[in-house]
Amino acid sequence: MTTATMSRYPAEYHTIATKLPGQDLPWLKALRAQALEKFSINGFPSPRDEDWRYTNVSAIEKKLFCPLLEIKNLSSLKPVVAEWMKSYQLQDAWSVVLIDGLFSAECSVLNGFPEAVSVMGMAEALSTQPELVENYLGHAVKNSEHSFIAFNTAWFTDGLFVHVPAKQVLEKPIQVLHLNTQAENMATTRNVIIIDDMAEAQIIETYASSLSKDEANSYLTAAVTEVFVGRNANLTLFKMQCESEKAYHFGGIYVKEAQDARFCHHNFAFGGLLARSDIHVDLGKASECELNGLYLGVNRQHIDNHTRINHLEPHASSREMYKGVLDDRARGVFQGRVIVAENAQKTDSQMNNRNLLLSNEAEADTKPQLEIYADDVKCGHGVTVGQLDEKSIFYLQSRCIDEETARNMLTFAFANEMVDKVEIKSLHDSVLEQVLARFPQEGVNKEWL
Amino acid sequence: MLSIKNLHANVGDKPILKGINLDVNPGEIHAIMGPNGSGKSTLAHILSGKSGYTVTAGSVTYDNKDLIEMAPEIRAREGVFLAFQYPVEIPGVSNIYLLKAALNAIRKHQGLSEVDAMDFLTLVKGKVHMLEMDEKFLYRAVNEGFSGGEKKRNEILQMAILEPKLCILDETDSGLDIDALKIVAEGVNSLRSADRSFVMVTHYQRLLDYIKPDFVHVLANGQIVKSGGPELAMELEEKGYSWLEDKQAAA
Repeated sequence: MTTATMSRYPAEYHTIATKLPGQDLPWLKALRAQALEKFSINGFPSPRDEDWRYTNVSAIEKKLFCPLLEIKNLSSLKPVVAEWMKSYQLQDAWSVVLIDGLFSAECSVLNGFPEAVSVMGMAEALSTQPELVENYLGHAVKNSEHSFIAFNTAWFTDGLFVHVPAKQVLEKPIQVLHLNTQAENMATTRNVIIIDDMAEAQIIETYASSLSKDEANSYLTAAVTEVFVGRNANLTLFKMQCESEKAYHFGGIYVKEAQDARFCHHNFAFGGLLARSDIHVDLGKASECELNGLYLGVNRQHIDNHTRINHLEPHASSREMYKGVLDDRARGVFQGRVIVAENAQKTDSQMNNRNLLLSNEAEADTKPQLEIYADDVKCGHGVTVGQLDEKSIFYLQSRCIDEETARNMLTFAFANEMVDKVEIKSLHDSVLEQVLARFPQEGVNKEWL
Repeated sequence: MLSIKNLHANVGDKPILKGINLDVNPGEIHAIMGPNGSGKSTLAHILSGKSGYTVTAGSVTYDNKDLIEMAPEIRAREGVFLAFQYPVEIPGVSNIYLLKAALNAIRKHQGLSEVDAMDFLTLVKGKVHMLEMDEKFLYRAVNEGFSGGEKKRNEILQMAILEPKLCILDETDSGLDIDALKIVAEGVNSLRSADRSFVMVTHYQRLLDYIKPDFVHVLANGQIVKSGGPELAMELEEKGYSWLEDKQAAA
């Protein structure tokens, strides 16, 4: 089989290759070349691959999205961006804006940002501190992981680079706004977040679009974020995926936790026609991780969350709770894997996935996997797929609530458990609004919540 | 207030109630006793509108309206309250939210405006203290992680706030220790009034030591086989139910 038949994307690569950032860095050129070769051979992941068996991304191949190398008409875009930021920008956070996969210093708001901490576009980081980037980019996830990683490595146009040095505690969250403004575009960002020993930060990734719902307005987000949490450091990372209804989204987060590190992730997957998230965490000795997720699917949305927790060292703990609400003909996929290595004794791990189906045509595929090679561990998992509980509906009716309101209240309550875990007030309210906007809320009184 | 005439009801094809006749006047307390499987809980469920039962004959009128025709939430808004034998846990919905939603649904039904937030809080906290509950319960999810006693107390709290006209207590004493039983009984007694009626379904006489009924009815095989005053409960405690069932079989 010739490589050309696997994917049409590599044939277009030469048109942009020389304009991609980091051309003068031999290590990056080599990494990109290796990635391109791997992607040329394999193309996008296929459902024959076990990790992709429920999610068919062949539409991305058919569409042939194109990357942008500079922001198109920034001056005319500015009002669009400003309008859009009103809905998504959090007031009590620093904001970093990436438009169509490219960092925009002009739209970012970093007033009073501590000097010791680096936050900048990936292209800029590659030219100003290439040695540091080299030590991290490609170290939390390899091109060989799967084709989207290789694709991202070869094609990335920019991204976010954050470096919080040791003992620095960021007083406000950093919000990274990924905005897509162009149809048929692909936003391929490579993001690196480094939290050094004993530092603390909260970072919010928001993915959204200013495009209308028209059929033609399809685009691709293919983002890879590598995260390094140092010894005794603490990072809370949020992902708000509110892509437009016609969008394709791949967003992978790959985390390495050092000894005694803490990492908490909240994954809100609400948008996109087809959306896939990877959250893979390698746990160091006595480190902790908490993975929370909420996916809401309506119409024909397909939302896939793939998590992997690697207990590599002893005494680490992990907690995972993913909840899905699926209506109409939507499909939700949860694949959660917990691997406990032979020497990872005293591991304490709990994984849960709960799915609520609101329609007979909605579908949930859930696959928890525990692979335990150590013998002194506490690991549990629980999975449910079900409908609203009739007993609960009757109980609420007997308390004067009509059936429709009772159903809405119960649906909302199911999802709200995950919203309530968000401690940043402005983000909590923003997520809540997104949840309420996606489901019938007749009778659900927001003011009383 | 409540008039049940010749009520027959099935679960699937199986007849459970076989001709119940019962009249409850304002201010009266009726105890329905009977052995397991006699249809006591079915009667409570049918009065509150739970699905899964088919009324095959007879009628139930409440305040001169056909109760069977009403949706469960309409019955509740009209003043019928069922205190559940097994109150349902509703994760994610706080007690105070449910109380407010329920009270406002009643007020809307009566053509009144929503309750004032401060008045509501004062009302609720007063009742919470009356039932010797912790205010924290208000902000917890409905019944979630509550002990058996706490759940039953929560039912009475809801009853105290919604001020129904007809209270149906389904095995309210089950799962309660003696202290919790006393508190629940005091709560019920404090709600007694000339225009509020109670139908208490219970297996044991124990509850009736604390809530004195005006009438006691014995249900066996889907029919009321004997009615009397509080002394009937004492007699049942002594002799059990079998003598009544035997009598019914003989007839």
